[in-house]
Amino acid sequence: MSANPVHHPTAAVEVRHLTKHFNGVAAVDDISFEVARGEFFGFLGPNGAGKTTTVRVLTGVLRADGGTAVVMGFPAGSLRAKQMAGVVPEMANAYTDLSAWDNLMLMADLYGVPASTAKERARGLLQDLGLLERKDSLVRAYSRGMRQRLILAMALISDPEVLFLDEPTSGLDVQSSRLIKELLRKLNRAGKTIFLTTHDMDEANQLCQRVAIINKGKIVAIDSPERLRLATGRRHSVEVSFETSISAQVLASLPGVSEVQKLGDKYRLFTPSPGAVAMAVVEMARTMGLNIVSLNTLAPSLEDAFVALTEMESRHA
Amino acid sequence: MPELSLLGQQLRRSLTIARKDMRIYYSKGPVVIFGVLFPVFLFLAFSIGREFTIDFMMPGLIGMVLFFTATSISPVVVPWEAQARTLERLMSSPIRLETIIAGDILASLLFGIAISAVPIIAGLVLGITIASPALFALAVIVAAVCFAALGNIFSVPPSNVPATVNMIAAAVRFPVIFISGVFIPLQQLPHWGQWIAYISPLTYFTDIARGCIQGQAHLPPAVDFALLIAFAALFLVLAMRLHHRTMPRRL
Repeated sequence: MSANPVHHPTAAVEVRHLTKHFNGVAAVDDISFEVARGEFFGFLGPNGAGKTTTVRVLTGVLRADGGTAVVMGFPAGSLRAKQMAGVVPEMANAYTDLSAWDNLMLMADLYGVPASTAKERARGLLQDLGLLERKDSLVRAYSRGMRQRLILAMALISDPEVLFLDEPTSGLDVQSSRLIKELLRKLNRAGKTIFLTTHDMDEANQLCQRVAIINKGKIVAIDSPERLRLATGRRHSVEVSFETSISAQVLASLPGVSEVQKLGDKYRLFTPSPGAVAMAVVEMARTMGLNIVSLNTLAPSLEDAFVALTEMESRHA
Repeated sequence: MPELSLLGQQLRRSLTIARKDMRIYYSKGPVVIFGVLFPVFLFLAFSIGREFTIDFMMPGLIGMVLFFTATSISPVVVPWEAQARTLERLMSSPIRLETIIAGDILASLLFGIAISAVPIIAGLVLGITIASPALFALAVIVAAVCFAALGNIFSVPPSNVPATVNMIAAAVRFPVIFISGVFIPLQQLPHWGQWIAYISPLTYFTDIARGCIQGQAHLPPAVDFALLIAFAALFLVLAMRLHHRTMPRRL
């Protein structure tokens, strides 16, 4: 265990040329990035992209084959780094033969939290996550959403500086998912660093200040969700519906339209200049005597950006 | 000093692991009952119809109960945790892998000692006398450490199916019972049988127990203890090192 902090003092997580192979295949392939202290950082990627492997290296569950990873100034996997981190592993479970309260006290003991502090924190966390009334029930009687809320509480019992969450809301009911997101926002406002692994683009868009997109073990982009969305400008679009049916070819012939898709009773016109196309649609409708029911300009979603970036990377590979 | 404080911290956390194991895995009624009944019935199957004295029977029975119970649950704790998806959470806590293994072994040896108290007390009620109670108690503790560490080694192969691990454990546990002087004292074994017996740590505990209860040990107590301690040290080191190699493959 290193006694002194190493590397960048203001970075909560610092990864340099990290590599991890399984059976000769690179699950994580020479990735580098930093997460600032107090940042809400998203780590996005399709299944098998290397997200969980990266988190497992950062939380000390796996050892990297190459490169370095530092958490709160200490080598990832060292006792000091682990002491400063809270972890919600993918598909993790609490001990089902123990109550929620006993699970929390067990975690508090493993992190060396004094009993009086642990009890106070446990009560507050269970209250925030809507589990206080069921604190003495065995976890085996909990629903999946309740278990996941408890696992988050277990990760927070040591009041960690940085929190690693691997798909924390995957497959959860709306109420549990909302409670978890609300608590994460609150923690981030209080200055905690959050490292969120997800493949839910909406979640990343709502919560994260910056996101990294990983595909086939390589980082393909790191930026704010907004800038990533705008960076794929070719996916801007105009959505229009008319009272009467119209040929898609007429819309495709409008200047600046690169592609037309029919979606139910609407048409989606892809263009790099949505304002000009919207005006052209209005002009065309006026000329042809068509009534417009709705007309919207749509910016590309983070999902569009994600698909474009991962497809681009796959083509280059 | 920081190393000492770190050692103290990790020891406290291994106690937490042991307490967790005791509550979750060892306190179940069937585990306790099976821990006592199985070795007793196995022993009775081999001794009924023969004219054995209680002094002759008890050292073997105590050795067998201690061996079976200390190696009963420890092989399956790690696979259970991996299967229940609680292991990754433990691995990301500020504890070393050695701390987890030490906690698992501690719970196992305490269970072995507690269950072995049943035949010891029964023997005392039936009239056996233990010539050197302190020596005997020390032997029970050292043997429990040795057997619990051996049990933990059975869980090294990275299988998360408890039945597979139990099969591996059974393949070792049963032969060990038959070669360790449990049913036939060492001095009554042929020369080649004695050499086979020397590769089993249970032999040395049974020999100490025969010395304390029957007054008929085959080897000097110092030799029995030295070999029992050597086996315990070897199994502890192997358990720690081998789990380091295989743990990443179970997660």
